[in-house]
Amino acid sequence: MSARDTILKRLRERTDGPLSAPESDFAVVTNRGWSAEERLSRFERLITSVHGEVIHAPREAWTDTLAKALADKGVRRLALGKEHPVAAEAREALADVGIELVDVDRDIEHWQREQFENVDAGLTSTQGGVAETGSLWLWPTPDEPRLISLVPPIHIAVLDADALEDTFFDVVESHGWADGMPTNALLISGPSKTADIEQTLAYGVHGPRELLVLVRHAGDAPGDKT
Amino acid sequence: MTPVKLYPPKPEKAYFFGTCLVDLFYPEAGLDGIRLLEREGIEVLFPQDQTCCGQPAYTSGYQNEARAVAAAQLDLFPEPWPIVVPSGSCGGMMRTHYPQLFAGTDLEKQANEVAGRVYELTEFLVHVCHLRLEDCGTSEKVAMHTSCSARREMGLAETGPALLAQLGEVELVEQARAAECCGFGGTFAVRHPEVSAAMVEDKTQAIEETGAKRFVTSDCGCLMNIGGRFEQQKKAVTGEHIASYLWRRTS
Amino acid sequence: MSVQIFTPREFHRQAHDALGDPQIRANFRKAMDGLMTKRREVFGDWDLETLRELGANIRLRALSKLPDLLEQLEASCQANGIKVHWAEDGEEACRIIREICESHDAGSVIKGKSMVSEEMHLNAHLEEAGIEALESDLGEYLVQLNEQTPSHIIMPAIHLNTDEISEILHVKTGTERTRDVDYMTAAARSQLRQRFMNADVGVSGVNFAVAETGTLCLVENEGNGRMTTSVPPVHIAVTGIEKVVEHLRDVPPLYALLTRSATGQHVTTYFNMISSPRKQGEHDGPREVHLVLVDNGRSSIYQDDELLDTLRCIRCGACMNHCPVYTRVGGHTYGTTYPGPIGSILSPHLMGLEDTKDLPTASSLCGACGEVCPVKIPIPDLLVRLRRESVGEGRGNVPGAGVKRTRKEAAAWKGFQWLATHPGAWRAGISMAGKLKALMPAKLGPWTDYRSAPKPAGTTLHALVKRHQASKAHEEER
Repeated sequence: MSARDTILKRLRERTDGPLSAPESDFAVVTNRGWSAEERLSRFERLITSVHGEVIHAPREAWTDTLAKALADKGVRRLALGKEHPVAAEAREALADVGIELVDVDRDIEHWQREQFENVDAGLTSTQGGVAETGSLWLWPTPDEPRLISLVPPIHIAVLDADALEDTFFDVVESHGWADGMPTNALLISGPSKTADIEQTLAYGVHGPRELLVLVRHAGDAPGDKT
Repeated sequence: MTPVKLYPPKPEKAYFFGTCLVDLFYPEAGLDGIRLLEREGIEVLFPQDQTCCGQPAYTSGYQNEARAVAAAQLDLFPEPWPIVVPSGSCGGMMRTHYPQLFAGTDLEKQANEVAGRVYELTEFLVHVCHLRLEDCGTSEKVAMHTSCSARREMGLAETGPALLAQLGEVELVEQARAAECCGFGGTFAVRHPEVSAAMVEDKTQAIEETGAKRFVTSDCGCLMNIGGRFEQQKKAVTGEHIASYLWRRTS
Repeated sequence: MSVQIFTPREFHRQAHDALGDPQIRANFRKAMDGLMTKRREVFGDWDLETLRELGANIRLRALSKLPDLLEQLEASCQANGIKVHWAEDGEEACRIIREICESHDAGSVIKGKSMVSEEMHLNAHLEEAGIEALESDLGEYLVQLNEQTPSHIIMPAIHLNTDEISEILHVKTGTERTRDVDYMTAAARSQLRQRFMNADVGVSGVNFAVAETGTLCLVENEGNGRMTTSVPPVHIAVTGIEKVVEHLRDVPPLYALLTRSATGQHVTTYFNMISSPRKQGEHDGPREVHLVLVDNGRSSIYQDDELLDTLRCIRCGACMNHCPVYTRVGGHTYGTTYPGPIGSILSPHLMGLEDTKDLPTASSLCGACGEVCPVKIPIPDLLVRLRRESVGEGRGNVPGAGVKRTRKEAAAWKGFQWLATHPGAWRAGISMAGKLKALMPAKLGPWTDYRSAPKPAGTTLHALVKRHQASKAHEEER
C-alpha cells in the first residue's frame, strides 16, 4: 500500500470514531463599519508603524508625486510593467526625467543578476489594501511579476484610496478569492524586516529596505497629509 | 476557558473542605476561613471524614488512585449546600477535574453535581457573601500572590485583591510579573527542583522589591514554597494565608 | 564555540547547565518579557476570546474532516500543477525531497524556515547525499553557522545576544566585530542573496494549506520565504498533514491569531499564498512546485479524542513565550525540535516516552500556556494525560507508555490512596505527623536545598474544628 493510502486509511479508521465538525462564526473578523476616512487613517497609521512610508497624491497628478519621490530617493533604474495603467502612466511621465526604466516582461532567467544587483526600485500597482492591518494586496501578473516587489531595495506600490477595505477576511470574501487563486497572491505590510538579532528591528534583511505607498485620491487629494 | 459561574444568594449553611495541606501545615488558616464564614451568619459544616481532593495523584498521572481518593470525598456533601475550599488549587481540582475524572463512570452525575457547588474561599466571600470588611489593623504594605489555579483554572485573579482593597490601612502592592507561577506546582517542585527553585527565587525577589514585609496568598502550596524560600534566605518577609490575614485584621 | 548535542533524555542536566548560565537566563528573560508585553498590547482592542473560539473551531473542523480535506488538497494542488507526495515518516519525506533534488542534479538547496524539516533532520540527510542545504531565515542562518539547532520555533536564535551573533558572523563569515545590527543584517543579506541566485531548489514549510483552492500559505517578515519560493527553479513545500484547512476564508482568522500570538504583530510583512508553479507567459517563479505531506506520528495522535487537540497547533510559540519553565531553561534544554509546552505534548508522540519522559513533568501546570493558546489547546490537561501514559495509567496508545512506572512510586501512590480513603487512619496519621514534628527531618531532599522545610502545625484542622464546634455549642448552651 502506498504511503498515501496507508495514511488516509489510518485517518479514516480512527480508533475513537468519526468526528463532528463545529460551525464557525466569522463575525469577529468582519463588519468593522469603518468610514472611508477611518479606513485610510487606520491603514496609514499601521503601515507607517512598521516603517512603511505613505504619500498622497491626486489621481490626475500622481505621476508628479512619483517623479518627486524617485528623485528624493535617488532612484536611477526603476523596474516596472508596461500594460497596467499604473505602469503605462508612469512610463509616460518618466520618459524624460533621466530615470532608466527597466523592462520586467522578460523571463527572469535572462536578467536575474541585473535584477538583483542593478535595479534601484520596483514600481507596482496593487489590487487594494486592508485597513485593519495596514496591508497591501497584490496578485502579480506577467506584466508585473512577483519579484519586482521583492528583489529591488525599494518597492513603490500605488494604491487607490477607494480600494481600501476593512479586513483581510472582507477582501477574500468580496473579491471571491476562493473562486480562483492566482499563481501567487501576496499581502505586503511594510518593508522586509527581522528581529532575529536580540529583538532589535532591522529592515531590508532579504526584501526591500523601503516600502513607499503612493495613495491616489480621486477628486481633491487630502494635501495636508503629505 | 473559565466557566461562567452564576452565583447563588448567601446560603444558611455551607460545607468546608479544608484540604490536606491546611490540615497538616496550616490548620489555623482553615479555622480562620470557617470563622469568616460564620461571621457572615453561615453555619459551617465540616465533614470529619474529608481527607484530600486527590490532586497530587491526579497531576502525577496516577489516575486510578486519584479517582479512588476523589470518590471518597463525593459522599461527604449530601445536602445541596455550597462547598467552600480555601485553595484555588484544590478548588480547581474539584470543580474542573472531578467531572473529567468521573466521566463515563457510575459516579459521573454525582461528581458533576458536587463540582458545580465548589467555590474557592475568596470567591465565595466576594461573590456569594458580598463580604464587607472593617480594618482594625495598623498601616502596612502587603503583596498578594494569587495561585495559578485560582487565577487561570478558576478565573479568580480579582477576588483576593478585592478583599484586601477593603482593608483601609493596607496598601496592596503588586510585584513584577505578578501573574507568573511561583514554581510550586505540587510534585513539580520535587521532580524539577532546580527549575522550581529558579522560579521561587524570582518570585521572592519580586515580592521583596515591592518593599512589603508581608505577602498573602490563597493557596498553601504557594505559601509553603514562597514562605519557605524567604525563611531559608533569612529574609524579613513573612507569608500568611489570606483567610488568616483577613480574620486577624478584622476581629 | 563548541557544538553541544542536546537530548530530551538529559533534560535535568541540560536544565542545570542552562540555569547556571547567566547569559542564557538573561537572554530568555528579556526576550520573553518583551514578547508577552507585545502580545498583550496587540490584542488590546480585540474580542480575543471570540477570536480564539473561532480559531479553535476552524482547526477542529479541519481535523474532523482531515482525510477528506487531504484528498481535496491533493486534487486541488494537482489541478493547479503542484505535485503532491506523501510520507509516512521523516525518513521517507527526506528521501522524497532528496530524489526531487537529484532529478534536477541539484547541488544546493536554499531553505525558508520550516520546523517540520527540522523535525525530520532534512539538512543532515541532504548533506549526506552531497547536497548543500542552507538556511535563509536570518535566525536559522545564524544558528546553522553556529552549528546549533533552533531554540524557539518562531525565533530560532533567541538564545543568542548581539555580541554572540557578532562573534559568530565574524568567525564564520569574516564580517567586522560590531554591535551594529543594521551592519550585521546587511552582511547576511548580501551573503544570502548570492546563495538565492545560485540555489537549485528552494525548500519551505507551510503555515496553512487550503484544501478548496490548493493554496499554500507562508507567513514571514524577512522576505526569505518569498525568495525561497520564487527564485529557485524548483520549490518544495513540506508540511505536516495537520496543517490543512478547509476554506480560504478560514485563513484570515488563523493568520490574525498567529502573528499576534507569536510576536505581537498586527500582521507580518509578507503573507505569501502559492497556488501553482509558473504558468505559461509568466516571467518568474519556480517552474515546478512540490508539496510533501508528512505524517510522522500525526495519524497516531489523530486516533484519540483527547490527544487530537495537539494537532490544532498553528506553531505560534506563544505557549513557550509565556512558560515560566521555558523562560528559565531555554529551548535547547528540551532537546527536541519543538521546545516548551507544545513540545512537551507533541514530542512524546514523535520520539516516544522512553526518550521524553521528563518533558510532561517539566511544567508546574500553571496554565499560562493554555491561557494564551490561540486555538485553545488544553495544554495542561494534555500534559497530565501524558503523565498518565508515562506511568501506565492512560490508554497505552502513546509510544513508550508505562516507561516511567516504578514499583516504588506506584506503591507510594497506592499508600496515599489507602490513607486518603480511610478517614480514621488519615486523621490519626496527620495528627501523629503533627505531634512528631520534632522528629521531622530538617532536610527533605531537593525541597530544602532552596527552602525551609514545612513544619507540621502540631494540630490538625480536623481537631481544631472539633474543638471550635464544641466551644460554640458550649457558648450556645450558656
